[in-house]
Amino acid sequence: MTPMLRIWSVIAFVAALAIAGEVLIASAMRGLGDLDRLRTGPGLRGFLGPIRAVLASPKFVIGALCMALNFFAMLFALSIADLSLAGPAIASLTYIGNAIAAKFVLGERVDKRRWLAATFVAIGVILLSH
Amino acid sequence: MTHRLRPSQYAILIAIMLTASVGDSCLSRGMAQIGHVDLHHLGLLWRALFNPFVDIGIVLLIGFFACYTTALSWADLTFVMPATAFGYVVLALLARFWMHETLSPARLTGIALIVCAVGFVAGGPSRTETGDPAHPMLDQMDSGAAR
Repeated sequence: MTPMLRIWSVIAFVAALAIAGEVLIASAMRGLGDLDRLRTGPGLRGFLGPIRAVLASPKFVIGALCMALNFFAMLFALSIADLSLAGPAIASLTYIGNAIAAKFVLGERVDKRRWLAATFVAIGVILLSH
Repeated sequence: MTHRLRPSQYAILIAIMLTASVGDSCLSRGMAQIGHVDLHHLGLLWRALFNPFVDIGIVLLIGFFACYTTALSWADLTFVMPATAFGYVVLALLARFWMHETLSPARLTGIALIVCAVGFVAGGPSRTETGDPAHPMLDQMDSGAAR
């Protein structure tokens, strides 16, 4: 495997972990619905209900684990690739990948406006890193 | 039936933008004070926990995650992600005015693209998925930002 292919494989793996984490967490939160309705009362103690419900969701826990793995995989990616390449490449792939996963996995209606938004953000992130 | 985002929901979106960008900036500033961390100097990571900028950054990023998951409970992933990408713009402005970094034409173009992206999603519905019997009205949810 050439060094460049290795770098891009790691970048794709890090982005895939981020997408899996975000989609699982989004799916879990969608299943729970508006967290305000889960509040058990006024004040800070009222937040115990939503927190308990969120932490009891297997999808959320697996999603959070994916995000934690993503963090360490990102550190590994940064050890073999420059930040100026890995940072924007991972962020951009994650934005586009999330839009695709949201359409086909979460069943969101991703219209032209949202595709444009995801693409603009992906290009914007690349430009911001310059 | 249409459903506008409540003021508290707008506040959560703004909190996501601010906590992510200010948190990252605080971590960056704190780690710059700590110095270069490598495999032979992992002890520096322990020292980093006692740096006030790192502490504030960690608290803000925990707040970011809480707000982000809350937003996903009432909005689509494809709505929340571009809407909160405005945090990158805040981060660039913080870098310019707090860290005194230079904003190149490429960065200004990037900021303009992200602002456009936020405009695209802000005018549309916050939730669009179909076939959810638990939330039959969610298809009609509308951010109301276009009106």
